[in-house]
This record gives sequence, C-alpha cells and structure tokens, in this order.
Amino acid sequence: MTSSSPVAARLFGATGRATANAMGALGRFLGFALQSLGWMLRPPFHLRELGAQLMQIGWFSLPVVGMTALFTGAALALQIFAGSARYGAEFAVPSITAIGMVRELGPVLGGLMVAARVASSIAAEIGTMKVSEQLDALRTLAVEPMQYLTVPRLVAATLAMPVLVAVGDSIGILGGYAVGVSRLGFDGPTYLHNTLDFLEFWDVASGMVKGAVFGFLVALSGCYFGMNSGRGAQGVGEATKSAVVLASVLILAANYLLTEAFFSA
Amino acid sequence: MIRADALHKSFGAKTVLNGVSFDLPKGESLVVIGGSGTGKSVLLKCLLGLERPDSGHVTLAGLTDAGPRALAPHIGMLFQGAALFDSLPVWQNVAFRLMRGTGRMGKTEAKSLAIEKLARVGLGPATADLYPAELSGGMQKRVGLARAIAGDPPVLFFDEPTAGLDPIMASVINRLIRSVVTELGATALTITHDMTTLRDVADRVAMLHEGRFHWQGPAAEAFTSDDPVLRQFTRGETEGPIPTLR
Repeated sequence: MTSSSPVAARLFGATGRATANAMGALGRFLGFALQSLGWMLRPPFHLRELGAQLMQIGWFSLPVVGMTALFTGAALALQIFAGSARYGAEFAVPSITAIGMVRELGPVLGGLMVAARVASSIAAEIGTMKVSEQLDALRTLAVEPMQYLTVPRLVAATLAMPVLVAVGDSIGILGGYAVGVSRLGFDGPTYLHNTLDFLEFWDVASGMVKGAVFGFLVALSGCYFGMNSGRGAQGVGEATKSAVVLASVLILAANYLLTEAFFSA
Repeated sequence: MIRADALHKSFGAKTVLNGVSFDLPKGESLVVIGGSGTGKSVLLKCLLGLERPDSGHVTLAGLTDAGPRALAPHIGMLFQGAALFDSLPVWQNVAFRLMRGTGRMGKTEAKSLAIEKLARVGLGPATADLYPAELSGGMQKRVGLARAIAGDPPVLFFDEPTAGLDPIMASVINRLIRSVVTELGATALTITHDMTTLRDVADRVAMLHEGRFHWQGPAAEAFTSDDPVLRQFTRGETEGPIPTLR
C-alpha cells in the first residue's frame, strides 16, 4: 500500500497536469475565437484583403475539392450499387449517392481537403510573418493584425466553403452519374430524374451550412496557430502541423454535432 | 521627446529590464548598445508600446504609456530584417500607413509619395513595383527606411540597422540614417552592437548592461571612457566584466 501510493500520486499528478494543460489550451483557443468575432464587428474592414483571401481560399481550392468530389461520387455509386444489389434495390443508387454526397461526403471531404490546403497555408504565412516581425511592423503602422489578417481569412473561408461544397456536390453527383451510366447500366435521364426527385432542399442546405462552419473552423485553426507560432523554422512547422490536425479533428467533431442537430429524430 | 522612467520587465524568473531610465530630447540621436540577450529589443518593444513593462512609464511625443496605434502617427520604425510585407509590392509597403485610416491617401498620390521616399533612400522608381522577395538585403533595408520616414514622423527607431549587411552596405545604411535623421530633425533611437553604427549615427550613447543603462554619454566619449564594461564591449575584448557565455 505504502509503495504504491507514490506511484498513484504521480499518476494522478500527471493526469491532472495533462487535463489542466488541455483545458488551458482549449480556453486559449476559445478566447481567440471570441476575440476574432469581436474584431469582425469593428471597422475598418479590409475589403481588399478579403477579396484576396476569397480568391486564395475559394477559387484556388476548386480543383482539389472538385477532384475529391468527382472520385468520391464515383466510388460511392459503385459501393451503393454493390450493397443495394443484395436487396434488389439498385434503383436507389442515384438518390442515395446524391444524399450521401450533399449531406456528408461533400462537406466533410471538401472540408478536410480545404483544411489540408488552407489551414496549413494560413498558419505558415502568419507564423512566418510573426517570426520575421511583420506582425510587429503592422502594429507600428497602426494596423491590428487580428483585424488585417485573421478577420478577412475567417470571413473568406466562411463564405467560400458553402460555395465549394455546392460545386463539390454537383461534381460528386456527376461522378456517380458517370459511373452509373457507363459501368452500372443506368439510363442517363432516369439517373438524373431519380437524383433530383429524391433530393430535398434541406439536404443541400444542411451541407452548405456545414461547409460554412467547417470553413470558419479551418481558418480559425490556421490563424490561431500562426499567431501563436514558435520561433524559427521548427516553430512555424509545428504551427502548420497543429493547424491541420486541429482543423481536421474539429471538422469531424462539428460534423457529428451538426448531423445530430439537423437530422436526429 | 522620449522619456523612460524606471522600466522593469521580466520573463518568468529572468529579469531583462531592471530600472531603465533616460530622457532623449527632441532632435537628438541616441544609440543603445549592449551584448546579445541584454534586453535591447525588449526595451525597444516597450518604447513602441508592443510590450507592456511590468512597471515604469514611457512618454513619447507627449503620450504616456500609449499603445502602438496611438503612437503610430508619431513614429517610424526600421526593423532588423526590414519586416516588409511579402504580399505587397514595394511602393505599397512604403505607403502602407498612408493608405489606411482617417485622411488616407488615394492610390496615385500614395504611389508618387512612395517613389519620392524611395528616391530619398537611393532606390529608383523601377523598384516600386517589385516585391520584397526580389530585393537584396541592402535594398530591403532601404525600403524599410523609406517606409519608416514615409509619414515624416518626429521620432525614428532603428533596430540593428546593419545586421546581415556587408561593411560597405552597412556604411551606406548608417549614412542614410544619419542624413535622414538630420534632414527631418527627428529624434532617433537606434539599438545595435555594430560600432560603425555607433560612430556614424550617435549623438549620445547608452550601454545596456544587467538590465539598466550602465553608462550614458556623448558619442565621442564612448571610445575613450575608462569604464571597464563599456571598454570591453567597444573593443570586443574577451576578457573583462562581461561574461562571454551568455
């Protein structure tokens, strides 16, 4: 009993410290999120920077989101066909492919691809700016970095992601259509008819709302780790890695919560 | 013009500033010297409002303990690595502040002023449309200097202005700083450990050692003083009161 007490105490101590550190990190991240939201409401608004970020985050992410959606839609159609054939329900392939794409796979995989592309780039860019004193230079020029760097990226990602999701959904459905018609023997007009007849407005809208939330989380994660980057190449590298990891985990967690909120009975 | 009153700043158990006080009158150029890690940059950040001292006060251009936003119209700052914004062309770097805030300039006027300031630091108009990554280290410093003087501020700060430059380019930058400071009638504070900067730029010299100004005096006396700490530093001697392992 006496010999195990110090071990137990150390174990409790380590667990307590880890929990306290995790809570501290969560608190700092939430504080940063609230601070960012506060800066969003305060002028001046850097519209030119917002435009540049819409191009960077939205337009230049189209190829990667489009390719992801195309192959995902195609694979999804094959899988659903294989599964539904067991019950003689092959006719459901177009509708289930479409619903799967717009509700889940479009926003989630699109979000993850944008997380990899955008969260990393934001964290690396802002981290490098911090290391090279550009953030201090902004402050001495009467420009608040949160307002000039964080706010445009958050707004741009939140606005661009629903559009990316919508484009990705369309391309994903097209991928399913291509496989359905060329490999699974579906009639083209019938496939499209089944897709459109079963798809409801909220199926599409919920995916776009998810996209907006994911976009916000991706940019928030990138900005947070960039602003808090350590010194040197290693510090910036660590910030970049952490931004992608956190953005990905947050997307998956938020997806579950939003799905519960939107579709639980 | 700049007054520091008993500035203290610690990071954890490490005391960096331990009661720095000085008074820099209008139009004078003070060069602060000191070894690596003695707190020169922290002092500069406290003066610029980028870092809040644990205790003590800074008064700059009549503003006491002001933040960087309030100080911005009164100061120009040349950062050690120039800290130019990579995503903007040179002219937008130079005119950055003038194109923002109340009374901001239009694009055409701002660009023409930027070209004028670039010419003042020896760069031709063709430089204006280049991006910082296309410039050499010396040119980046010149652009940083042009940005610092863009608004004709009454107070100028220079952080290691010759760091990373060859001796010839270092002399060019030092002379540019001196001429710009004289021309604007600005109050200037430079931190450096480069003795050529001290010779070329300083009216007065202060040596930061163990968290406070160990020695202050006219520039001419910095090289003749008997003070052992100052003498070791200005002569670059390895033996003396300043430890070499820091």
